[in-house]
Amino acid sequence: MRFRIIKNMINQGFEGMWRNRGMGLASISSIIAVLLILGLVLILVLGINNVVGDIKSKFDVVQVFLEDDIAPKDLDKIENYLKDSKSVKTYKFETKEQALEKMKASWGDEGYLLDGLETDNKLPNSFLVELKGIEHTENVVKDIKALNGVETVPYYQDSIDKLIMISKYIRMGGLVITIALVLVSIFIISNTIKLTVANRKREINIMKYVGATNGYIRGPFIIEGVLFGLIAAIIAIVIINFGYEYLFEVINDKLYYILSVHLIAPETLLKDMSIIFLSIGAGIGAVGSIFSLKRYLNV
Amino acid sequence: MIKFINVTKKYKNNVVALSNARLSINKGDFVFLVGASGAGKSTIMKLILKEEDPTSGKIILDGKDITNVSKRSIPIIRRSVGVVFQDFRLLQNKTVYENVAFAMEIIGESPKEIRRRVPMVLSMVNLSQKADSFPDELSGGEGQRVSIARAIVNNPSMLIADEPTGNLDPETASEIMGILSDINARGTTILMATHARDIVDSMQKRVIQIDKGVIVRDEEKGGYGDEVSYY
Ligand SMILES: Nc1ncnc2c1ncn2[C@@H]1O[C@H](COP(=O)(O)OP(=O)(O)OP(=O)(O)O)[C@@H](O)[C@H]1O
Ligand SMILES: [Mg+2]
Repeated sequence: MRFRIIKNMINQGFEGMWRNRGMGLASISSIIAVLLILGLVLILVLGINNVVGDIKSKFDVVQVFLEDDIAPKDLDKIENYLKDSKSVKTYKFETKEQALEKMKASWGDEGYLLDGLETDNKLPNSFLVELKGIEHTENVVKDIKALNGVETVPYYQDSIDKLIMISKYIRMGGLVITIALVLVSIFIISNTIKLTVANRKREINIMKYVGATNGYIRGPFIIEGVLFGLIAAIIAIVIINFGYEYLFEVINDKLYYILSVHLIAPETLLKDMSIIFLSIGAGIGAVGSIFSLKRYLNV
Repeated sequence: MIKFINVTKKYKNNVVALSNARLSINKGDFVFLVGASGAGKSTIMKLILKEEDPTSGKIILDGKDITNVSKRSIPIIRRSVGVVFQDFRLLQNKTVYENVAFAMEIIGESPKEIRRRVPMVLSMVNLSQKADSFPDELSGGEGQRVSIARAIVNNPSMLIADEPTGNLDPETASEIMGILSDINARGTTILMATHARDIVDSMQKRVIQIDKGVIVRDEEKGGYGDEVSYY
């Protein structure tokens, strides 16, 4: 019986959408427009987030340079600190020999210039410390600097602060715009559904007298709203996907050349965007319908 | 099967539509509700259908106190009370058959049961021939018969009819009364509000008369009554 009722509701939802296709088309178009704007905002936010994330990951790692004549007792102390700290993800001891190897490798063809330094290696021993997040860096660096035997911990507080702030603002801005656009979409859908509901006021009234539950009455309208939202989302996804692929092809290489950052790959973007758009589409459809029905259900 | 215990209904605009009403209708009764316009007839029906809540007093339906039931159980109550209005309230884009079937679909009846019961009630109201017609192709009497078929298709224990003959000529009206009598004869309780003096006088059923919200007469086999000021 439950299953039959649900089947009935879905049928009626599709029927309502078809009967209402004129207004539906209008609201689908408006929602596509809203989603396209949202898409641009998302591309911007995700893109910038991507760049910021790239840069941030470089700051998640600090290198603790040790004094050459460090006492074993002090070395233990430092290692214990790293082991116990909740902010540290991993750490690794790097000997001066390993540091030199690494330097040689990074110098590439000119690495031979460093030959012979093995006997008089001026590079310090160090700990390579990977933190759980960039926001932990400041405290950990302060703690370690206070320990005996630490020579220096290079660290760029200003840049990190700025970066954290920028990414916070971008995320907040994106969120605000997204919320505003979602509200606009809910308004659009709820107006369309309101029209359907007004057309079917009689039907709703009769249904109530025959003993239909509110859920049963609401169901088809919600399904109709969700269908509108999903159709708009799918069309918007297709448009944005083509648009972004084109943009990516045209400017990705140039961008890398100028700023040495990449755009997000179209496949990654499409996946994220599809999930976001489909959820938003279905969500605004459902919420919009529920809003527009509230008044009619209190019979 | 329905009991009003000192029921008062005061609308939001402070109109007292029903004041301290006590009445009791038994299973299988046929009851006319008479009284001037604005006397409170429809209010009594709305209270039974839980469209309105009483301001004070108690309403018992089938032994259950429905005075303060939750919103969720209202649909269940309405399934046990069929309702017919003066204006039929049919869906114009559905055929006669579909209008009746609709009432069964809503409560999740099986297609098999729908195919069995809809023709049955259509033949009860003499509309088998019109099953595939649309409401705008029907006469007034036929339209009202469809709405009666819809009201009884789910086997309610009670049928409420608010001026069901109000829009019909006398001949068609008596045809509708015949059908309601048949339904009553099969055991369905009927409560009918009406202004039709000749119908009430000729049928000699129980009559409850209400005047400005007060029940002034409850007669076992009565007529329309002289003191009813009509409009
Ligand atoms: N929803 C409402 N809000 C406020 N007042 C109402 C409402 N419904 C009815 N009333 C008032 O309550 C009183 C009784 O109305 P009701 O509809 O019960 O009368 P009635 O006997 O059915 O009249 P009629 O024969 O004209 O149908 C009237 O004064 C009416 O104006
Ligand atoms: Mg009335």
